[in-house]
Order: sequence, then C-alpha cells, then structure tokens
Amino acid sequence: MRRRDFIYLSGMGAGAMMLPSIPGFGKNIDQQQALEYVDVRIKKELADAGLNAAKSAGASYADVRIGRYLNQFVITRENRVTNVANTESYGVGIRVIANGCWGFAASNDVTKTGIAKTAQRAVAVAKANAKLGSAPVQLAPQKGYGEVSWKTPIEKNAFEVPIKEKVDLLLGANAVAMGGGANFVNSTIFAVNEQKYFASTDGSYIDQDIHRFYPSFTVTKIDPSKGSFETRRSLSSPVGMSYEYLNASPAETVGGVTPRYKNRYDMMEDIKFATKQAGEKLTAKSVDPGKYDLVLDPSHLWLTIHESVGHPTELDRVLGYEANFAGTSFLTLDKWKSGNFEFGSKQVNIVGDKTQVGSLGAVGYDDEGVGTKKWDIIKDGILVNYQAIRDQAHIIGLKESQGCCYAQSWQDVQFQRMPNVSLQPGKTPLSVDDMIKNVEKGIYIIGDGSFSIDQQRYNFQFGGQLFYEIKDGKIVGMLNDVAYQANTREFWNSCTQVCDKNDYRLGGAFNDGKGQPSQSSAVSHGASTARFNGVNVINTKRKIG
Amino acid sequence: MPIYTKEQAQALLKKVLSYSKADECEVGLSGSEGGNVRYALNAVSTAGDISTVGLSVTSVYGKKAGSATIDEFDDAALERVVRRSEELAQLAPENSEYMPMLGQSEFKESITYNANTAGMTPDSRAEMVGKSLAVAKEAKLNAAGFLENSTGFYAVMNSKGLFAYNKSSDVTFSVTLRNDAGTGSGYAARGFTDVSKLDTASATRVAAMKANGSVGAKAIEPGKYMVILEPVAATYMLENMFRFDARSAEEGRSFLSKKGGGTRLGEQLVDPKVNIYSDPFNPDLPGATWGGDGLPREKTMWIDKGVVKNLSYSRFWAQKKGVAPVPGPSNIIMDGGDATLEELIKSTERGILVSRLWYIRMVDPQSLLLTGLTRDGTFYIENGKIMFPVKNFRFNESPVIMLNNLEALGKQERSISVESYRSYLIPPMKIRDFTFSSLSDAV
Repeated sequence: MRRRDFIYLSGMGAGAMMLPSIPGFGKNIDQQQALEYVDVRIKKELADAGLNAAKSAGASYADVRIGRYLNQFVITRENRVTNVANTESYGVGIRVIANGCWGFAASNDVTKTGIAKTAQRAVAVAKANAKLGSAPVQLAPQKGYGEVSWKTPIEKNAFEVPIKEKVDLLLGANAVAMGGGANFVNSTIFAVNEQKYFASTDGSYIDQDIHRFYPSFTVTKIDPSKGSFETRRSLSSPVGMSYEYLNASPAETVGGVTPRYKNRYDMMEDIKFATKQAGEKLTAKSVDPGKYDLVLDPSHLWLTIHESVGHPTELDRVLGYEANFAGTSFLTLDKWKSGNFEFGSKQVNIVGDKTQVGSLGAVGYDDEGVGTKKWDIIKDGILVNYQAIRDQAHIIGLKESQGCCYAQSWQDVQFQRMPNVSLQPGKTPLSVDDMIKNVEKGIYIIGDGSFSIDQQRYNFQFGGQLFYEIKDGKIVGMLNDVAYQANTREFWNSCTQVCDKNDYRLGGAFNDGKGQPSQSSAVSHGASTARFNGVNVINTKRKIG
Repeated sequence: MPIYTKEQAQALLKKVLSYSKADECEVGLSGSEGGNVRYALNAVSTAGDISTVGLSVTSVYGKKAGSATIDEFDDAALERVVRRSEELAQLAPENSEYMPMLGQSEFKESITYNANTAGMTPDSRAEMVGKSLAVAKEAKLNAAGFLENSTGFYAVMNSKGLFAYNKSSDVTFSVTLRNDAGTGSGYAARGFTDVSKLDTASATRVAAMKANGSVGAKAIEPGKYMVILEPVAATYMLENMFRFDARSAEEGRSFLSKKGGGTRLGEQLVDPKVNIYSDPFNPDLPGATWGGDGLPREKTMWIDKGVVKNLSYSRFWAQKKGVAPVPGPSNIIMDGGDATLEELIKSTERGILVSRLWYIRMVDPQSLLLTGLTRDGTFYIENGKIMFPVKNFRFNESPVIMLNNLEALGKQERSISVESYRSYLIPPMKIRDFTFSSLSDAV
C-alpha cells in the first residue's frame, strides 16, 4: 500500500494530514516563508553540480530542475474554517540521456552532494533501460538561452494577502448562501506559486516564477421530502494570475440569464445567483431526451474543447505513448498529412498557445528549456498541427519543439502536456442574444459538469451546471437531468456559429491528469459562445429505491 | 535514509516531542523510496527513481491547530519546526470540530511490508519489463506498459502517549498491447504486496490474447444487456461506491441518504449475495492496522448480505450523534463465489464480456449514476461461448442498480483500479440489464 493510499483510506486527522490528496504538496510552512526565494546564484551552483555529475557518469545530455512548489489553501464550509495551509515542496529532478535512453531521478536532498548522487542515479536508470535495446532518443536542437528569467505578470500576490482577508471573504460568501436558504456551502481559495529553475547541458539557466489562482464554491440545497439534493458550483475559472482576479469589475462581467466573468470575478454576486439557482434546479423540468441545438457558454465549452480537441491533438497520444493509460487518438498522422481532414466546420479555428496572458498555461519557457509560442492546430476546420516536445518534433517535420513539456513537480519527469488550446471567436459580429434568437428547439448550457470521453476521443458525454430550454428563439425556463452525447468530429462539424470576440472568455482545468505515474497540469481554454446543431441529449435521472 | 525502522522512528519522534510546549502535539514521520519504468511502442519511454523523507508537527492550543513540516533532522531544525507549528497554531482560527488527540491503543503488527518488493532495483525493474516486451515482440504487437514499486513507512507519536508505526510495500503493473493496424487492443493489470507473485510475461500474454481477439469488432445496438465484468472492470465501477460515510448520508447528500431524512443503515441496499468489508489482516490485500485518527483498524463489514451494516463515523461526527466512531476502510474486499470466469461465460445465454472500463465519471451523486466506456476487449457471448468482438459502448449505470441486478459472482481476485491504481479484492460478476447508451468507434 502506498502512503497516498494509506492517507486516503485512513482519513487523516489534524494539520498537515488534512491536505487535499493532490500530489506534490510537500510540507507545511508559514505564510512568511512563502515569500522567501532561493538565491538564483545558489541554484546555478547546485544545478551545475548536477550537470557535471551526470556528464561524468556518462550522460550525453542532462537537465536539472530545482523546483520550489508553493500552495496555499483556505477551505471553509458554512460558518467555519475547515483548513488553512501553506505548503512547500522543494527538491530536484534530473533527467539524462545515457546510452541513447532516458533516465530520471529525483530527491529532496538539495545539496551539491545530494544532487550529484541523484544525477548518478538517473544515469544508472538510463543505462539499465538501455539494455532493453530501445531506439536512441532524438532531441530537436535547442540553442542555450544563457541566464534568463520569466515571471507571471501579477498585480497582487495572493501569498502576501493576509489569511484573515481570505477567510472573511469566504465566510462572507457562505453567509450569503446560507441566508439564501442553502443547506450547505463549501468555499475555497487555492493559490499556487511554482519557483522553477531549469539548467541543461545546452547552456540554458532559466529562472521562472509562475502564479496560479482559483477561488471556488459549491452551494447545496436539499429537499428532504423527496430525498433529493442539487448543487450549483461557482462560475469562476482557475487563472494564471493572482489575487487581482477577485477585484470584481462590471466591465469584466457578462450579463444574461446569470452573470459570467472574464478577467475578474465577483464571488459575492455569483454565490447569490448560485443559491437561487440550486433551489430552482430542485423543481426544474426534467429534460425530454432527443435532438437539440446546443448553445454552449464558454464556462461550459472549455471542457468540451479540452477533452475533444486538446487531448486528441497531443502528439504523444497520437504516436501511442499514452496507450496504456489515457489512450491513443483518432487524429492519426495520415489525417494530418492529408492536409484536408475536416475536423470541424469552417467556423472552427483552434490555436495552441503558451503565451496568452492570464492563462494557466502561460510560461516563458517549458520544462525542457524551450521558449513558448502560439500556433494553429485547427484552421478553418482542417487539422493542421499537433502539440509536440523536443524528442517528438522531428516526427512531424518541425525544426524545433513547440514548448509543450511540463512536470507537475521536481519529483516527476517532464513530458508532453497540453498548452492552452482555444476556439477563436467568430469574425462576424454576433452576440449571444442574436444567436439564441434563431434557435427553434435548443438548450443553453452554462458551467461545466460531468465529463467522459473514450480512449481515442470519439464518443463523449458532458453535463453542465445550468440548463435553459430555448423554444422559438426564446429562453423559456430551466431544465434538469441534461447530458449530451456526441462523436467529436460530428460535433465540431455541427458547429454553425461562434460569437464574436466581445464574448471571448477563458475557462480551465486546474488539475488535468495524464501519464504514469499520473501527473496534474493546469491549462486554460478560451472560447466565445458557440452553437452546435442537432446534438443528442439524454435524461440522466435514475432511482435507486 | 528514506526508510526508518520502528525503533529509529520512535527515537526521533520522542526527541521532537520533547521540544513541545503546546497543549497537545502530534509528530508524524514518513518516507518512501521506489521507482518506475514506463514503456510504449515496445521501448522504454521514461523511467524514474524517487526517494523522499519528511517530518510533520501539529501543535494544538485549545481548539486551534497548526502544522509545519521539515526534511532536515538536526536538533536545531527539529526544535525550529516545533516552534513554527506552535506559532501557526496560535494564529489559526478555532476549529469547532477539533477532537482532542487520543492516547495509546493496541495496534497489531500489520503485514503490509514485503522485503522482495522493497529490494527492487532499476535493473530488476528493467528485467521484468524486458520479459513483457519479449512477449509483445513475439506476438508482433506493440506494448505500452507501466511498472511501479514503492516502499514507504509512516510513524506517528503524540503528547498523549500514542505511538504507531507502519511499513508497507507494493508493486503495480499494467500493459496494453495493440496491433500495427490499430484494430485490436488488449489490457492486463496486476498489483501485489509481494513482487515474487508478479509474472509480467503471463500478464502480457493475457493482453496479447485480448488484442488479437478484439480485431474485427462488430457494431451491435446499444441497450440493456447481461454483462460479465472482469475484476478489473468491476473494480473501477465499484470504486465509486466505496464511500460509506455517515455524515454525508445524514446530511442528505449521498446515495446512502434516506427519503424523509436519515440513512440507509440497516436497510437492504443491494442483492443478498453482496458482502463488502475491510480486513487489514487479509494476506492477499494487507492494510494498515491504524489510521491517522489514532484508532485501530479491525475487520469491518460495510455491506452484509446486501444490507448496509456499517457507516464510517469520524470521531467528531460520532460524538455529535452519540455513537462509537467507526474508522473508514483500510482496504476493500468483496466476497465472490466459486465460479471461474470461463464458467460464468459458459452459463450465459446471451451477453457481453467486458474486459476493462474507462473514463468513469459521476453523472448524478444522488443515484450514483456513472458514465464511462468499455475498452480493450469487449466480446459478444451466445449460448455459453464468446462469438465475436464487439465495438465499445458508452454506459450510463449506477453501481447500486448494478448490484441489485446481480446474477452471479465468480472467484475473487486482487485487482487494481485503472484510474486510482488502488488495489482491491473483487470477483468477476454477471449483471442483468446493464445499460449501454451509445456506441464508440474507439479501439
């Protein structure tokens, strides 16, 4: 039994052991420590010790990642704080090529001696596996950048904001929910700071300071007479920014059936609506299954993009490297080579982007020392590119990596992870109201719900937070028990309209899982509201006696 | 030194506690070492070797708790981490649900540690992967797989006199074999405490058989079918219902909540053939004999002949409700029957054999409705024989409904969840009226 299983199964007690079971959190620290940085000169000396030890042990290439990963949680329910924690995970991961094969080792002993030993272990792992006769690793060339740095452009560092201010905000939001008749409410603020130092035998020494932030809540209302309950989760997004995200601004709020948010978030407003809507869901009409035209809000559509576009265009999946866990992809190389594979309708333009300000995937350099960029993946509906890293670039004829390499912590090996993958807004002016006006029989879906897709990304099923019935161009009421099922290509080819740039918003996944051992990464997906015609909707209501 | 002996851990924890000035103090020491090999396209893709050790201190003043952690163990560092936890406790908001720490209990020795598994090295991992690759190459199939071993320990001591120590090891292996054309795919997964029980070649042969057998899958109409779930499929499905938590049930937001209030405790929830329990002393699936709440773990029935026998009560919730605390499960075991998988197939007039399920997610927590898909070997059965492979399906089904439609159980075996990688003892099972809602083109 792994320790993580032990913790999961034994229901830990106080303090450090109450942390959510997300890997790589490490140790608890006080808030002041979270504001301290390791001197970049010391990191360079340590990294050089690792690079030198790896080369001496026989590595033809090596990279050293010294990572300090900080997390802060403030977790509340109803009128009390259930946990406040600052955690730090600090250590080193060393990846090498020796005898043509990858090897990796990691340790939390961040001393010159400890790093040298770790480098030697990584080389031993590579040499042991090289005996199995793998084809030698082929790395795309990468010019060393020398000593460079990059920082998420933040306005207000969440780690500098007093805990009391966060607690007051969350308990204030909870009070709004309880005052509105909620039976239960949970709310959370989660802040992340990755302080990553990367050095490689290519001659790069890259220091990065990356921030992510996610405020969220769930409101629950119960009808004990029916034995039923409904929830409504927040319409906030995890973002690549910090506490400034909570500086609510009317200019960043989208009106309509419920407020939605662009680059700033109003938690108090959202929770007021959420409380009312959780109650409405208890009595909402259960959907009649059948074909509907779907109008999908960006707060929902981001997840459909993530699962049906983001994952199948990962080149490692396409090639078969993920076959044992996440699966492969229907977007095989022959479809890309043909130059005319119609992934979607002409309205569908999708880009990969590791530079988008405010997004979860934005960094200066990836975890194998490649500068980040933006590129087309689907152009006018046609599959034109994938997402690749250094040891895959040659397969699709690229001269350099697209900068999509990431590891969730110092103790995990870096591998290909999704960049921000976003649907581009329509070029013709179009508002959501104008889109709905032309829908005869449809459902307007807001917020993400349950999600599931097959191992080659054909068949999917998605739920949501809020469902509104559209009849003859008008929203006529709330629906419940809605999920839609479709095939990826049919779905994207049924896209008839995308609203313009005024409606464009980012959603995202704070913890996208992939790989073995499974690693988590954070990625944003932008979209404007889009319409999909004739999608199959099922009713999800069941009774268990 | 990532793995401390019981005596070494006890000595260190005692020293740390000697620095405490708080009302209550608890110190935890944990470490792990292990490694993994990941391979795809018949070659190693990544491999790692990881070791960590850390110490955490929780100090409490009244109902205010604070924790700090460190990975340096000199005297000055140990005192510093205690002081920091005390400072954090003073600053922390009061936790109205805080329960005072428990004193010493009788904790039986667990059987979770195995020296064979703890002794694995990069070379021994490579050798085991080599055996799997040899089978794949001989079968002219492409293998993608993952082998991971881990040995860890966890020790806790508190100012009320509690001391507990547990050391454990395990190894998991999974492999997917696919043909070059991408028209056939098979899977096998194994998990053990003792690596000497792991035969990577034989597991890979099972995956090869499924990969070759699944070529040329036919599309049949979705709908309600008799299904036989192999243990790896049943495990992943049932894992979603192994949360027998009293609090959420009593709060009215669980599948174990009762209409009109209260819980389903004592009620017939599923078919009488279903027994689900925890037992840390099961030699095939050993578990820890104590939990982080300081309570000993014993054999606990959760579902007995289909009736909800126990719900887990945290110490706080138990006190609030005036009942004894019931620790959560240390492992999960479901009783099986005597039939082999082959016998289950033989007794089936018309049905579907499901090798593996994938991407299961909750659709409705109230009915525990789940959606997901079949994967890596789905076969049509007629008159007791596997007739042909069929295209994969999406299902929309609740494990509670499924266990009410239980036709038969086969022999229990150790199986792992394909998503969490946790191990369980689960039998293959035959289920009536399992709901397939649509077809998938995925192979």
